[in-house]
Amino acid sequence: MQEPVYVETLSVKSVHDEVKPVISAKDVTVSYADKVALNSVTLNVPANQVTSLIGPSGCGKTTFLRCLNRMNDLIDICRVRGEIIVAGQNIYDPAVDVVTLRAHVGMVFQKANPFPKSIFENVAYGLRIHNMAASKSELEDRVELSLKRAGLWDEVSDRLNDTGTGLSGGQQQRLCIARTIAVEPQVVLMDEPCSALDPVATARIEELIDDLREKFTIIIVTHSMHQAARISQSTAFFHMGELVEHGPTEKIFTTPKDTRTESYITGRIG
Amino acid sequence: MTKSFTEMTPALKRRHAAETRFQWLGRLAILLAIGFLVIMVASIAFIGVGALRQTHVALDVFLDPAEIDSSKLKNADYDGLVKASLRKKFPEITKRREKRKLYGLVSSDAGYTLRERVRNTPDLIGQTQKFWFLMSDDVDLFIKSAAPPDANEQGRRISNKELAWIDAFRSTGDIETRFNSRFFTSGDSREPELAGILSALVGSAFSLVVCFALSFPVGILAAIYLEEFSPRNRWSDLIEVNINNLAAVPSIVFGLLGLAVLLNTFGLPRSSPLVGGIVLALMTLPTIIIASRAALRAVPPSIREAALGLGASRIQATFHHVAPLALPGMLTGAIVGMARALGETAPLLMIGMVAFIVDVPKSVVEPATALPVQIFLWADSPERAFLEKTCAAIIVLLAFLVLMNLAAILMRRKFERRF
Repeated sequence: MQEPVYVETLSVKSVHDEVKPVISAKDVTVSYADKVALNSVTLNVPANQVTSLIGPSGCGKTTFLRCLNRMNDLIDICRVRGEIIVAGQNIYDPAVDVVTLRAHVGMVFQKANPFPKSIFENVAYGLRIHNMAASKSELEDRVELSLKRAGLWDEVSDRLNDTGTGLSGGQQQRLCIARTIAVEPQVVLMDEPCSALDPVATARIEELIDDLREKFTIIIVTHSMHQAARISQSTAFFHMGELVEHGPTEKIFTTPKDTRTESYITGRIG
Repeated sequence: MTKSFTEMTPALKRRHAAETRFQWLGRLAILLAIGFLVIMVASIAFIGVGALRQTHVALDVFLDPAEIDSSKLKNADYDGLVKASLRKKFPEITKRREKRKLYGLVSSDAGYTLRERVRNTPDLIGQTQKFWFLMSDDVDLFIKSAAPPDANEQGRRISNKELAWIDAFRSTGDIETRFNSRFFTSGDSREPELAGILSALVGSAFSLVVCFALSFPVGILAAIYLEEFSPRNRWSDLIEVNINNLAAVPSIVFGLLGLAVLLNTFGLPRSSPLVGGIVLALMTLPTIIIASRAALRAVPPSIREAALGLGASRIQATFHHVAPLALPGMLTGAIVGMARALGETAPLLMIGMVAFIVDVPKSVVEPATALPVQIFLWADSPERAFLEKTCAAIIVLLAFLVLMNLAAILMRRKFERRF
């Protein structure tokens, strides 16, 4: 859709050497009961970039994403081994409080899931539970700022008290993004945020992701290789629970090292 | 070659016929069910409506100052005054047995009615005044039936002499049937014409309040814990199986439990709505837990994920988002459970709420009975006039059940949110 994005990615320096990683996973192995979903993944995610996780269905990319803010804790049978360092701390340390972690590493889900409350309350909820606004006016300011950052303010500023579930699909997803960035996370995880949206809404969210990169580190799972190419600066390809290849996006898409990556991006597997 | 879309092949005809057949069977089944329901409710209502009217008779009573000591209004022989006025009306009766029959026309309550009137207005003493008294149950039934008396005297409860007396009252317009407010304002009585439903109603209300206060919070908290917090393992499976089993335990077993534990071990007051409510709460708990868990399970997991993903703790996610969405379902489950508890008789029999209670209970520790138990007691009474009281009580009970279920539906409509 937007050729310039491609050009822009070329200017990003080599991922592994020069940009300090904000998240680094070491030997992460995830299993559901007896089934190994992710096998010994080691991956460094650079800060203030968009990193795409691509791969065929069931390859473990969503599992990996959900490990990064411990959403997998919700699944009883899920076991995670290895080490994930976020902001210098191992998040699977038993002393880590997931509440603080998740405020630091926010998440946007595949299906837009606004709370069945007003638009304002949707964004304000995170600020409230983390005591991030001292006064009502500060709360309102922060809600407005988040909605503006998510590019939703102009569309909803006159109906903040309407229910969030009444918005269109694309608006709901942007509301979810506003809700997530309201608590000022360092990292935003996105699990196929556009999979249920039409091309116009998708384009808006892609633009938004590109804007958000300035302030946040974004990790996005996507099934669309075009999307990965358009919006991300680094790409990781997963296959059968393994991290096959990780590098700057343009390298993965133009000169993949692994034949599996090549087969996938050219459409032969997946 | 494409077949014509309008052509009816034999196979297609069979399919159409099967569908039509099934639809008609379904309609028939519904019609049958409605038919039986209508017959049942109509027959009960037809008999029960009689209890709403009661026959009164007017007597001219001379409030003899010699009989009534104005300083001790309470202790005068008011029964005697009523009897004297009856004797005056029919001076030709002299035999004792006949006199007793004559007195029997009027309810045994007449003396009390007179006493209350005199105590309210002592100025009446010394005058002859017309008072309306309740008639006895047999006379009441005869008058309300409006059928001509059976030719065979042996076949009816009113003798020819009594008939003549009743006619005498009727000819002067001294017999009236009036709305029976007493049915709703007084407690039980051995005399059908005096019996009312209020003590049973209040007993039921107290029991339900205790039952709700115990089972609702405990039930929904248990459901929330089991559904949202507890780990899934062998123990939680065991608990789940046992809750489901408890929901199917015959209610009389809970009554026995109440008798053995609450009354005999803890010494709580017998026949009290407190104990009744606790027993009903035990019985209702599994229903509420099961309904609440289903309501919680119906909340989409995406709502939990959204809250948790924002850094809400599990308890915040549950109480800010999941529980409010599940609340209508929980309330519905609770009301359905309450409605079941309202209609429950067996466990209350075991803990002594089957007693004959005249006074309206004022607290949860006073002896009381409950609506279904009252129905059981009246249905068991030999006096024929209790039949219509029984039916009227059933109608009252059904009305409350319908109201509660209606409340459940309205509540669900009101609080239900789409997501």
